[in-house]
Amino acid sequence: MLVEQEQLLAVGAVVTSMRKLVFIIFLFFSKITLALVLPSDRVDTMYHSYDGGDITITGPSVLIRKSVSDSVSISANHYVDSISSASIDVQTIIGPSRYKEERTQQSLGIDYLHDKSLMSFSFTKSAENDFDAQTLNFGMTQEMFGGLTTVSMSFRLGDNEIRETGAPTTNEVSETKGYRIGLSQVLTKNSILGLNYEIITDEGFLNNPYRKVRLLDPSGLTFSFQDEIYPKTRTSNAISFNAKYYLPYRAALHASYRYFVDSWEIQADTFEIGYTHPYEDNWIFDISYRFYSQSNAEFYSDLFTTSKTIWGRDKELSTYSGHTIGFAVSYEFGKGDDWFFDKSSVNFHLNHFIFNYDDFTNIPDAPIGTLPGEEPLYEFSANVIRLYLSVWF
Amino acid sequence: MQRLVFICLAFLFLSACDVQPWVKPYERANLADPIMEFDRDPVSSSYIDHVYEAREGARGAGTASGGGCGCN
Repeated sequence: MLVEQEQLLAVGAVVTSMRKLVFIIFLFFSKITLALVLPSDRVDTMYHSYDGGDITITGPSVLIRKSVSDSVSISANHYVDSISSASIDVQTIIGPSRYKEERTQQSLGIDYLHDKSLMSFSFTKSAENDFDAQTLNFGMTQEMFGGLTTVSMSFRLGDNEIRETGAPTTNEVSETKGYRIGLSQVLTKNSILGLNYEIITDEGFLNNPYRKVRLLDPSGLTFSFQDEIYPKTRTSNAISFNAKYYLPYRAALHASYRYFVDSWEIQADTFEIGYTHPYEDNWIFDISYRFYSQSNAEFYSDLFTTSKTIWGRDKELSTYSGHTIGFAVSYEFGKGDDWFFDKSSVNFHLNHFIFNYDDFTNIPDAPIGTLPGEEPLYEFSANVIRLYLSVWF
Repeated sequence: MQRLVFICLAFLFLSACDVQPWVKPYERANLADPIMEFDRDPVSSSYIDHVYEAREGARGAGTASGGGCGCN
């Protein structure tokens, strides 16, 4: 009873201060019985390719995870994006480009199993010729209710430095903070439910410096490009539900939904369903369908008729929807062999994207003489390939 | 936000109670099958989440965790 009273007192004190909250949660983690384990030792070597909307992005990604003791596991990831050209937002302004860019990202992480709590810490650094980002992640995971429930919490802090190629004076910064809580719940012996909620706040220069708005001239026959001006802050909320169900003949169904809303008045819904089908002992096939739709930001317009203090024309701020069809196959080998590796798998994923924009027009492809605002709506499709080898040891 | 924090804490405090699991450990063979994992291959799922985050206005509650976009 005394313990229960202490817990109730703790509840009253917690909601007033995030710092106190994290501290008290941390204390409770150390009292609860759980059976978490460290991530398994593995190496993943991936080639990825994105091809669509006149952009090609390819590159490798290598992830290594290794336990260094019974309670500590470390991980490292090296990732590269080699980008062939700019998106339509930038091509509209500068014309078809022979734009080339490379983004490299390195991550280091450590997972620490202490007193039956799993804590994770990682640092990620991303570098481009005009954008640098550094992100710290801290997370905690806890099992409870006899292993039926898993609660996780994480915090991330990102610092970004934004430059503009060809404009040496452009040197802006922004900061990103993310707070996330997750819950995974076993419902029956064949079904599991996941719930995630995340708040992300941004502060600083949130524009893309290459993108412009277009302003209609008084004649109504032509327009000019002007610099975008975004709000200096953005706060977004996202909540997602994920469910998995094990079918009687060893296959799995999954479904998920995410609701998103932010302070720029963008609202978005994401639905996904999928089916996983193993074949014999070595093959796993996956198919999936994903639907995404969003409303535009309050300061978005495809064509402004008057000048504004806050305005933007990024296509990611417009009203649009997207469909993604996914297919994946995985082949596992080397399992049970008396070998250095526990098992290996080779995996291929293909996703086909289709995006249709409701209020973002395709200026480059408009027939000559088309009046401003009369251009056809933009749409594009893309193929995303992931090919990777995973080795557990 | 405060309500969410309260709910979260309530779960944590309840965990101190002696709750009997309604799915016994010996009944979890199906749940332990790798095909039931939400995130079977982290390197793969974080990449596709990054692609979505770069092409869509929405973000969060997924697996993407780093900054940088490569999406001019």
